[in-house]
Amino acid sequence: MTYLAKFRVWRGDDKGGDLADYKVDVNEGEVVLDIIHRLQATQSGDLAVRWNCKAGKCGSCSAEINGRPRLLCMTRMSTFTEEETITVTPMRAFPVIRDLVTDVSFNYRKAREVPSFAPPANLKPGEYRMQQVDVERSQEFRKCIECFLCQNTCHVVRDHEENKQAFSGPRFLMRIAELDMHPLDTADRQHQAQDEHGLGMCNITKCCTEVCPEHIKITDNALIPMKERVVDRKYDPLVWLGSKIGRRS
Amino acid sequence: MTEYEEHRYDVIIIGAGGAGLRAAIAAREAGMRTAIICKSLFGKAHTVMAEGGIAASMGNANSNDNWQVHFRDTIRGGKFLNNPRMAELHAKEAPDRVWELETYGALFDRTADGKISQRNFGGHEYPRLAHVGDRTGLELIRTLQQKIVSLQQDDEKESGSAEGKLKVFAEVTITELLQDETGTIAGAFGYYRESGRFVVFRAPAVVLATGGIGKSFKVTSNSWEYTGDGHALALRAGSTLLNMEFVQFHPTGMVWPPSVKGILVTESVRGDGGVLKNSDGKRFMFDYVPDVFRKQYADNEPEADRWYTDPEHNKRTPDLLPRDEVARAINSEVKAGRGSPHGGVFLDIASRRTPEEILKRLPSMHHQFKELADVDITAEPMEVGPTCHYVMGGVEVEPDTAAAARVPGLFAAGEVAGGMHGSNRLGGNSLSDLLVFGKRAGDGAAIYVGGLQGKYPNATDESLASAAATALAPFNEQGGENPYTVHQELQQTMNDLVGIIRTRDEVQSALDKLQGYKDRAARLTVEGHRQFNPGWHLALDLQNMIWVSECIARAALIREESRGGHTRDDFPAMSAEWRQKNLVCSIDGDSIAVIEQPIPSLREDLLALFDRDELSKYLTEAELPALTEEPA
Ligand SMILES: Cc1cc2nc3c(=O)[nH]c(=O)nc-3n(C[C@H](O)[C@H](O)[C@H](O)COP(=O)(O)OP(=O)(O)OC[C@H]3O[C@@H](n4cnc5c(N)ncnc54)[C@H](O)[C@@H]3O)c2cc1C
Ligand code: SF4
Ligand code: SF4
Ligand code: FES
Repeated sequence: MTYLAKFRVWRGDDKGGDLADYKVDVNEGEVVLDIIHRLQATQSGDLAVRWNCKAGKCGSCSAEINGRPRLLCMTRMSTFTEEETITVTPMRAFPVIRDLVTDVSFNYRKAREVPSFAPPANLKPGEYRMQQVDVERSQEFRKCIECFLCQNTCHVVRDHEENKQAFSGPRFLMRIAELDMHPLDTADRQHQAQDEHGLGMCNITKCCTEVCPEHIKITDNALIPMKERVVDRKYDPLVWLGSKIGRRS
Repeated sequence: MTEYEEHRYDVIIIGAGGAGLRAAIAAREAGMRTAIICKSLFGKAHTVMAEGGIAASMGNANSNDNWQVHFRDTIRGGKFLNNPRMAELHAKEAPDRVWELETYGALFDRTADGKISQRNFGGHEYPRLAHVGDRTGLELIRTLQQKIVSLQQDDEKESGSAEGKLKVFAEVTITELLQDETGTIAGAFGYYRESGRFVVFRAPAVVLATGGIGKSFKVTSNSWEYTGDGHALALRAGSTLLNMEFVQFHPTGMVWPPSVKGILVTESVRGDGGVLKNSDGKRFMFDYVPDVFRKQYADNEPEADRWYTDPEHNKRTPDLLPRDEVARAINSEVKAGRGSPHGGVFLDIASRRTPEEILKRLPSMHHQFKELADVDITAEPMEVGPTCHYVMGGVEVEPDTAAAARVPGLFAAGEVAGGMHGSNRLGGNSLSDLLVFGKRAGDGAAIYVGGLQGKYPNATDESLASAAATALAPFNEQGGENPYTVHQELQQTMNDLVGIIRTRDEVQSALDKLQGYKDRAARLTVEGHRQFNPGWHLALDLQNMIWVSECIARAALIREESRGGHTRDDFPAMSAEWRQKNLVCSIDGDSIAVIEQPIPSLREDLLALFDRDELSKYLTEAELPALTEEPA
């Protein structure tokens, strides 16, 4: 079942680069990351790629395959024909370091700008009580493996470096939604999301949701409800207070 | 003269998995300026892959649970070779460490009364594993990562600098520990993976939290990070490793397609009702219940099935025997020609639970099989077989402080540390181990540094120069071999000759081959330059894998019995004499020396947790008289 596939892989660094052509063996059941590894082992020992788990769990191996943002380890070769040339390029929204490896420090900066979980002051460890139905909404968002594919895809920043200052991107707007929906969190999240993280710049195109390898409904379950909460709150500040207190009981 | 960037800290932590992050939180909270160093990005460490859960006797699912029962299960699982003090601290402190995670923001699955839900797992008497679906490791990493961020936010508010007191150096690999003339720790030396530039951390205390060694084996559930760096760093600094012959082969890894062979299939599949079957459709585990476990495991299907809903009145299913037992059973079935088409056995949950239940309890397993193998686990059985999963062996440490043997200033916690799990680790006991001993290592390091009263040891110039020269060697060598070739051969050797079933001749021939790899690895050549160069990285990691493999093979050759993660075909029985001994490895010249060392004995009150009948299966006659009285 082995065949020779045509690969084009972007090689270069922050000063520039180009697509390089390779012919490489593919065996039954393999994923794109296997092929990149075969290139390293047999043709190009210094081809740079980031990966860890090879099981879709760590979110390290993000790149673009034929222009689509994907995890290299979860893209099966059987989704392509044997004739097709497969083009692998680094994520576009982040600066290249080398070959398929990009500088994703933007995301870590944004993560640090989201104020942390704020539990009620009087609650001791071991005393936390929450119902499964109440934690499920936030649990969906905590499935996030921080592959940053949604950040790479969102058009607000994909080709607009200038928006990166004001806009935290779907991953971190979702993080704020997660904290807002946490049954025991006591901070005002909606205000933060709108004023400091650019929730208003999102125009709910759902491109982020489409690329999420964890199939998290980022737009429908995090961003839109968050927008609704912000609007409600603009009309009536007591709504926020009320909802927090209600959920805590 | 080589150039390098230089930093000064009170404590540096090598590793950003569960153990490293928990240690960093402890050190920082004790007032230490702390650096965390890791090979991959922040939040990607191997811990992220853990699925099933964290073992802690909170008693939420069954109020009979307590630390003594957890302790007893741990010792049984480790076949009485565990360091008893470590097992005791672990069982006692695990619940507090888990509850603490909730204050950092963790969201575990809940019981009906709103507490943390706990699930069944192999070797645990009661449902004990706190979990989030089957992605518990991700929750653990993210929670600790977010706690680190929150400490940085506090620092920023206080001093204007988020990274002034606690900083993460991601994608940095440490290649050497730095020591002063007396061998006391003075820091660490490494390189940025991104640029290849060297970096020196000067610090009086180093916590190793580097995880395991699985990449020395061909079929493994472990990622590329698991090259045994911490094990080798400790050895080279003059410390010791114990229990290295004990390697856990998880019974259920994927076997097909070839490229995903080894990827883990979580034990929760069995905890939640899945059963193992051979090609005749027979639930074969009933044929493999060893004598020492007869009292706890059912010998017939109806009872085993009733146990899921009525554990008080039924014995548990043998599908949930400790991992070493299940892995050997699968191995035997396959050898006897009763395997599945791709050389494993069947793991069936589809015929036993509804698709809705499976999707709810095991979403990532469903996803993994669908995406990687085109198998729908709600409709068809999985094919599974043993995979190298965890190393019980590791750095010999002082239980209370996690201080490493023989090297002042060195600490170790998590998978890189040895002793806690004896000859076999129970599922769920690693994540709790990370938290309990991660915290203790951070505290231990802080107390040690406090005791120095500002007099920090200095690394010798020679140690710096030689660290740089060693790291650059593969670029200077002409015409040597490609590191990938040597690595592949090493993996094959370890898999075939020092794997799940071992014999004297095979292990001996592995040792001969290892000598060959050692010679070849001294003359590797890599192409390209220092910037993000995986060939170079592998060339350096390979040295560590060879050291660790030699420890495993040498100890495996010496231990003439079968116990837990060490099975000798030529010595199939467990020996009470061997139980009294640890094998301790250190570097002697350019090879590994192994000595026997008595293991600490169980305190009387802890011995009393077992009945005499059970003890007599493990202990020598000479050890037994102390308890002629039947314990209460
Ligand atoms: C698939 C899978 C599922 C598992 N499921 C469970 C489970 O359900 N329950 C359970 O209890 N256990 C489970 N385990 C075991 C458990 O996950 C590991 O034992 C544990 O996560 C190890 O954590 P650690 O903190 O010791 O190291 P890791 O999380 O592996 O972290 C090691 C860190 O050290 C860094 N590092 C290594 N070498 C260097 C170096 N030279 N320089 C700098 N940094 C370095 C790495 O970058 C990484 O950050 C599972 C393991 C696997 C593989
Ligand atoms: S829905 Fe919003 S966040 Fe997601 S891609 Fe569209 S604009 Fe970006
Ligand atoms: S939300 Fe989805 S796409 Fe975005 S970082 Fe998380 S896992 Fe990746
Ligand atoms: S390597 Fe971990 S997600 Fe691909």
